[in-house]
Amino acid sequence: MIVTAAPARSPRHALSDEDLRSLLLIRHFERALLRLFEQGVLSGTTHTCLGQEYIPVAVSALLRDDDFVFSNHRGHGHFLARHPDPHGLLAEIMGREGALCGGVGGSQHIYHRRFLSTGVQGESLPVATGVALKLAGTGALACAYIGDGTWGEGAVYEALNMASLWKVPLLVVVEHNGIAQSTPTSAQMAGTIAARAAAFGVRHHHVSSTDAAEIRQVLAPLVEAVRAEPAPLVVEFATHRLGPHSKGDDTRPPEEIRRAAESDWYDRCAKADPERFARIDREQRELVERVVAEVSARPHARPGGAA
Amino acid sequence: MTRVSEHLNQALHDLMESDPSVHLLGEDVGDPYGGAFKVTKGLSSRFGSRVRSTPLSEGAIAGVGAGLALAGDKAVVEIMFADFVALAFDQITNFAAKSTSMYGRPVPVPLVVRCPTGGNRGYGPTHSQNPQKHFIGVPGLSLFEMTPFHDAGRLFSLMFGLGRPCLFFEDKVLYTRQMYPADDLFGFELVDDVARVYLDGAGRPDCTLVTHGGLVHRTLDAMRTLLLEDDLVCELLVPAQLYPVPHLPGLEDARHVCVVDDGTAGGTWAAEVATTLYPRLWGRLRRPITLVNSADGVIPAAPHLEREVLVQADGIRAAVKESLS
Ligand SMILES: Cc1ncc(C[n+]2csc(CCOP(=O)(O)OP(=O)(O)O)c2C)c(N)n1
Ligand SMILES: [Mg+2]
Repeated sequence: MIVTAAPARSPRHALSDEDLRSLLLIRHFERALLRLFEQGVLSGTTHTCLGQEYIPVAVSALLRDDDFVFSNHRGHGHFLARHPDPHGLLAEIMGREGALCGGVGGSQHIYHRRFLSTGVQGESLPVATGVALKLAGTGALACAYIGDGTWGEGAVYEALNMASLWKVPLLVVVEHNGIAQSTPTSAQMAGTIAARAAAFGVRHHHVSSTDAAEIRQVLAPLVEAVRAEPAPLVVEFATHRLGPHSKGDDTRPPEEIRRAAESDWYDRCAKADPERFARIDREQRELVERVVAEVSARPHARPGGAA
Repeated sequence: MTRVSEHLNQALHDLMESDPSVHLLGEDVGDPYGGAFKVTKGLSSRFGSRVRSTPLSEGAIAGVGAGLALAGDKAVVEIMFADFVALAFDQITNFAAKSTSMYGRPVPVPLVVRCPTGGNRGYGPTHSQNPQKHFIGVPGLSLFEMTPFHDAGRLFSLMFGLGRPCLFFEDKVLYTRQMYPADDLFGFELVDDVARVYLDGAGRPDCTLVTHGGLVHRTLDAMRTLLLEDDLVCELLVPAQLYPVPHLPGLEDARHVCVVDDGTAGGTWAAEVATTLYPRLWGRLRRPITLVNSADGVIPAAPHLEREVLVQADGIRAAVKESLS
C-alpha cells in the first residue's frame, strides 16, 4: 500500500505569521544547502526535508521547553522548527565558528539543549524511551522523529514494547514519505505502521493533512494525553519527499516526482494568502541569504569551541 | 582504466553469472539505484530475485545471508556503510562464524559481508569508520579488504572457497580510484596474494610499510615524498586478507617495518600484524615496529577536523622519518 498525502487544497485554518516564517525558513535553508552543494562548498552529504517542513512546524508548537527531541538524518527542519538558529546549524554543517557541536557532528549528529540527532537509523528510539522513562510524571515527554523505512530496524520494536510496558511519555512522529532512500515502502514494509503500533498496545494516529494549524488542533489533546497518563503515541504523517534522498540521487520516475510536487504546501499557501505569503517568503529567503553569506565568511570551527 | 567501484561491479556480475547459487542482498542495491556507491548496478536487472533490495535491517539481512549459505547456496550481503555492521555483529560473530564449528563438525557458511569503509569524505562520525578491528580474532571469521592491486573476482573465489563467513571491506575513497595504479617510480607484483610495491632497481629498502587497501594511495604519496625529499627508500606490502594475518613476503631483509592502519588507535589491526611479525623477525629488527593509526577519537564531519584525526600521507612520512632518525 502506498499512502499518499491529501491533495492540496485551501487551508481551513489560517497559518500564523510565526508558522509561515518557520515553514519558509526551513524551505529556504534546505534550498540553500542544495545550492551550496552544487557550488562544491559543502562536503559530505545532506538530506533535505523539502516538502515535509510542515511536520516539525506542526509538532514543535505542541512541545514544551523541557521536552526532549530526537531527530534523524533528515533533521534540519526538526531543528529549525524547535530552535530558529539557522546560523548555528549552517555553521555546524559547514564546520565554521559558532557551530552547534564544534563541527564534529555535522548535518546528522547534533546535540543542542534538548535536541539530539544521530545518523544511525532506529538507534534513537530506545534512547528516547530511556529519556521518557526519566521524564515520566514530570509532564515532559520525549519526541522522536523517524521515517517509514526505519521501521525495518529491530530496535524500533524493542523500544515500543518497553515504552508501552512501562507507560512512558514517548511521542513517535513517523514521517511516512513512501520511500526509504530509493526503496518504495511497498517493497520494504509488510503490513502497516498502525497494526504494528496496535500489536504493542500503543495508540496510533494517522495524519493526512499538510496544514500545520489543522494538524496541531487535532494532535493537541493526543499529545496532552502522552504527558498526562503517561503513555506512548505513534503519529504517522502521510507525506512526500520533494527532493532527492541526499543530493543528486533521485531515481524515481518523473510522474512520481511530479505527484510529490503537487502535494507541496508551498504553492497552496502562496495561493491562499498571496500578499502575506510573498512578504514572509522574501523575508525568509533574504534571511537565509544573509546567514549563508555570514557563516561562509567565518573561520573554521575548532572543537571545544562549540557555541 | 577502470575505477575500483566499476571493477567490483564487474566482479559481482561475473560471480553471479558463473555461479547460479550466489544471492546478493542489501539496502537499495536494486536498479536503477544500484547501491549507495553504485557497486551493484545492473545486477537486479540481470539476475532478478537473486538480488534483493532489503528493508533497513542489517542484523536480519546478515542472518538471512547466513541462512541461504546454510541451506547450500552462497550469499553476498552489502552493508550500506561499514559503521552499520555493528547492527549485524551478533549474526556474524555469534551465528555465522561460530556455526562453522560449534556443532561438533565442520558446517560450511559461504557468506561474504561487504562493508564500505573509511572517511575523508566528510560524512561524519557514524558514516566514516574502519570497523575491521572489532572483528579481529573471532573464531571462524576471516577479514579481507579490497585493494587496487587485487582482482576482486579472485578475492570472491578465495573467500567463498574458505567455506566460512568473510567480511570484505571496501574503502569509499578507493571506489573512485583506478585499479592497478600506474606509477612512474614504483612497480608492483603479487607474491602469494600479497601486493608488493617497490622502487625499481633499488636495493634493500630503508623501511618496509604494510598497509590495507584503503590506505594504499596515502601510503604511496608518503613513499614518494620520502624518496624525493628525504632520500629514504620504502617498499610496501598490501595483503588483501587482513585476518588471519597472512605470510608477508620478504620481510627477513627489512631494515625497519612500519604498519599503517586507518582504524582508530587501540586494539588495532596494525598491532595484530606486529604481533605476528615479532616472533618471526625477532633478533633481526633494530627497533620496534612502528604502528601508525588514526587518532583515538570520533571522526568529525568538518573536513579540516576529519583530516587531523585520520591517517594522512604527511603523518606516515613523519612517522617513518622519526623512527629512522
Ligand atoms: C542503520 C542504518 N542503516 C542504513 C542507513 C542509511 N540510510 C540513511 S537514511 C536511509 C533511508 C531512511 O528511510 P526512512 O526511514 O523512510 O527516512 P527518509 O529518508 O524517507 O526520511 C538509509 C537506508 C542508516 N543511516 N542507518
Ligand atoms: Mg521514508
